[in-house]
Amino acid sequence: MKKLIIVPAFNEDKTIGGVLEEIRDHCRGFDILVIDDGSTDRTAEIAGSYPGVQVIHLAVNLGIGGAVQTGFLYAREKGYDTAVQVDADGQHKPAEVPKLLQPLERGEADAVIGSRFLEKGSYRGPAGRRLGIRLFSLTNRLILGQRIRDSTSGFRAFNRRAIDVLSQEYPDDYPEPEAIYILQKRKMRIREIPVEIAGRKGGKSSISLPESLYYMVKVFLAIFVLILRKHE
Amino acid sequence: MDNLANVQVLRIQILAIVGSILLILFILELIRRKKLKEEFAVLWLGMGSVFLVISLFRGLLDRFSILVGIGYPPAALFLILIMGLMMILVHFSVAISELKEANKKLTQELGLLRQEIEAR
Repeated sequence: MKKLIIVPAFNEDKTIGGVLEEIRDHCRGFDILVIDDGSTDRTAEIAGSYPGVQVIHLAVNLGIGGAVQTGFLYAREKGYDTAVQVDADGQHKPAEVPKLLQPLERGEADAVIGSRFLEKGSYRGPAGRRLGIRLFSLTNRLILGQRIRDSTSGFRAFNRRAIDVLSQEYPDDYPEPEAIYILQKRKMRIREIPVEIAGRKGGKSSISLPESLYYMVKVFLAIFVLILRKHE
Repeated sequence: MDNLANVQVLRIQILAIVGSILLILFILELIRRKKLKEEFAVLWLGMGSVFLVISLFRGLLDRFSILVGIGYPPAALFLILIMGLMMILVHFSVAISELKEANKKLTQELGLLRQEIEAR
């Protein structure tokens, strides 16, 4: 079974080394692919210095969606059976990757989301963000008919079918909640399992208020459009 | 008195005609120099033509304003102008979105190919 870990990275030279080391220690049998999304710091250089780590350089900054999708395109092209997304900021614990893979290996799901909320997750985060996540969760239940509590988590594993879908269709920015709907539209089975999340090791905490408002509006608009398309 | 008003209306009419023709000529020149894709030229030429027609036939604007219920004909002119510009702007947004998508695909393909070469 060919397994790939996709690490999208944009100016993460403080944390990427540690993340790659942890992946190497905890994830046996995985190939590692770093997508350098047009970083202006030493991210690419550091990633390239680890033996066995493949690096894809994007000439211009595409944003997280375009970067991760490049990983899916690579996985599809090289015939990987599974792909796991692990962020370069150190938030996702590579030690949890094998757990994330279990539902895929048992053939119970096509996509697995590592959730910060189920059971023993230690995630707190700002109140606004938690409220937003709650709202997504409610929408998920209403529209998907499935309870997905942490739609914004980028810690995810996919099998070949899901890789195929997402390599063709993946949102540009704030892609995580929308990707769930894209998968669901293609009848993919989505599972959510609890994972532990580390606090941020570096880099600035992602989004300001106007940005999170844009995030909400964008996601709901995208979901609305997806529903309209489904009934075509 | 009546005469003076007529002369003024004639002046603005001539100005409008000349302005519309200049806009059309300017767009044609841009196409000739290949500075403008036909796709966008069509929009601007369309707008130029609408203005030319309106300035040639003065009664048209009056009739249009009565039709849509605008009491002050020059306001109808602004309405037409703004609607035309809006259409062109929406078209621009579509064009930019398409460019962005193409740009993304190119960047991804370039990255994948470069990796392929470097991995050898």
